[in-house]
Amino acid sequence: MSRDDATVLFDAPGPRARRRNNILTGVSVLVILGIIGYIIYALNDKGQFAKELWKPFTQWDVWRTYFIQGTINTLKAAAVGTVLALVFGALFGLARLSDHWWIRVPAGAVVEFFRAMPLLILIFLAFFVPATVSPIIADGPLGNFQRVMVENVFSIFGVTINNGTVTVPAFAAVVFGLTLYNGSVLAEIVRAGVQSIPRGQSEAAVALGMRKNAVMRLVLLPQAVTAMLPVIVSQIVVLLKDTSLGFIIGYEDLTSYGFKIEPANFHNLLQAAIVCAAIYITINLIVSRIAAVLEARVRRSKKSITTMSSTGVSVQAGAGMTASGADAAS
Amino acid sequence: MGQLFDFTEVIKNLDKIAISFWATIRLAALTAVLSMILGTVWASFRVSPTPVLRGVGTFVVNLLRNTPLTLLAAFCISALSDILKWHFSETPSVNGYWWAVSALSVYTSAFVAEALRSGINTVPLGQAEAARSIGLTFTQSLRMIILPQAVRSVIGPLGSVLIAMIKNTTVVAAVSYGVDAVSEMKQLFFDLGATLPMFIGFAIGYLVLTLPTGFFFGWLSKRMAVAR
Repeated sequence: MSRDDATVLFDAPGPRARRRNNILTGVSVLVILGIIGYIIYALNDKGQFAKELWKPFTQWDVWRTYFIQGTINTLKAAAVGTVLALVFGALFGLARLSDHWWIRVPAGAVVEFFRAMPLLILIFLAFFVPATVSPIIADGPLGNFQRVMVENVFSIFGVTINNGTVTVPAFAAVVFGLTLYNGSVLAEIVRAGVQSIPRGQSEAAVALGMRKNAVMRLVLLPQAVTAMLPVIVSQIVVLLKDTSLGFIIGYEDLTSYGFKIEPANFHNLLQAAIVCAAIYITINLIVSRIAAVLEARVRRSKKSITTMSSTGVSVQAGAGMTASGADAAS
Repeated sequence: MGQLFDFTEVIKNLDKIAISFWATIRLAALTAVLSMILGTVWASFRVSPTPVLRGVGTFVVNLLRNTPLTLLAAFCISALSDILKWHFSETPSVNGYWWAVSALSVYTSAFVAEALRSGINTVPLGQAEAARSIGLTFTQSLRMIILPQAVRSVIGPLGSVLIAMIKNTTVVAAVSYGVDAVSEMKQLFFDLGATLPMFIGFAIGYLVLTLPTGFFFGWLSKRMAVAR
């Protein structure tokens, strides 16, 4: 909340407005206290403040076995997902800008398809489908190719193949979904970022005799990346939050540990959920803070001609609140 | 290889798929209305002259935006409903449905609020000053002058929020009561085997829901754009 929002809507208050504001403040404070009071009463009524329910959080062992382990798993999925999504996004974003229709159109179709899919069904696709589909492929002409791919590439993510049946662990399924979904969103961000560079830049580069490749690599991308950075970081926050979908297929992330495994041992689900949420919020606020700092730097930097705002809604919404790069850039 | 793309099971189960998507649409429609209302409330809190309300608005929006929806939905159904016994209904499925609607509405409202607030920022200062100079109060100027213009300038972003919400119905339904398209897909995966055609069938269903919504909001935002 900044002062400028406020000044748009109201003047410096006079005596009557001040009195009214004071009354309103008093009333809202009372209402809020009432709500908080009711929540405390309800929690107390159900015995949720009992010491033994909160005690586990004072023990280092509990933190280490559950919350820290869960956080590590969450960050692991987020980190792998981020790297792959960035690669996917850069590849498809640039492919959509290609001059050749046979690159541009399929890339556009892929990006639009995955942007329109709920992340959860992509995760289900990776988690359930390979087990039934792979034996059929194994009998077909592509059987050997499938085996080589799984053994040499996908085994990094823990995917295994046994007699032609491919088993995808929850981690790989989550990473698959995060990569395709967020990669498509990032592709749009990349495209919008490059398109937000004024035409004069590429025209000047062409006039200097640069080839397409050089125009993109030496002129457009360096400027686009500075403009895109804040938006990309906000998308990473989205990705980080989306890792919690792994909970649904049993990936042992922070949500699983804090919501299933820890409460199963200590019977303090409500308390564990609050601790869990606090951890998520802290991590996200740190990443968002980085985004804000980056954005401030980009604004100051003389290099960048355009900026893509990360404060707009278009960019930082949750499990797929679509970051339409086009919105962000306009 | 031919059996990889054998769509007979999908066609046989089309009625089930259609029913499950109808559940998704109902969930999404109700959530759209509720989250718009709640989002408007948070947004007006955040621009109100009362510092306490501004603080509450900022706190709530930031809290919701940074909590994963999975956790929020699971918290609603397991903690609020099962432990605190806050029930919407005695029937578990109805209770689950309403908690799913609540969790998704509350979550989405934070993004609606952010959209509206960025819209309010685009309304020129002169509009608010003119409204005040003809004697409108804060509520009046917000309701009659500022918000109508703000909403029109953020139809595009609101559409994105709405599309994301449609996709997020999968999460709340999977967590709290398990009646929607994605739960049906999982069920059919278990009953008939997780085949590619089945996935494609549901994927097309979601495309039918999200793509036209996107086109509609794109068209609407152009049509309603405030000419300045």
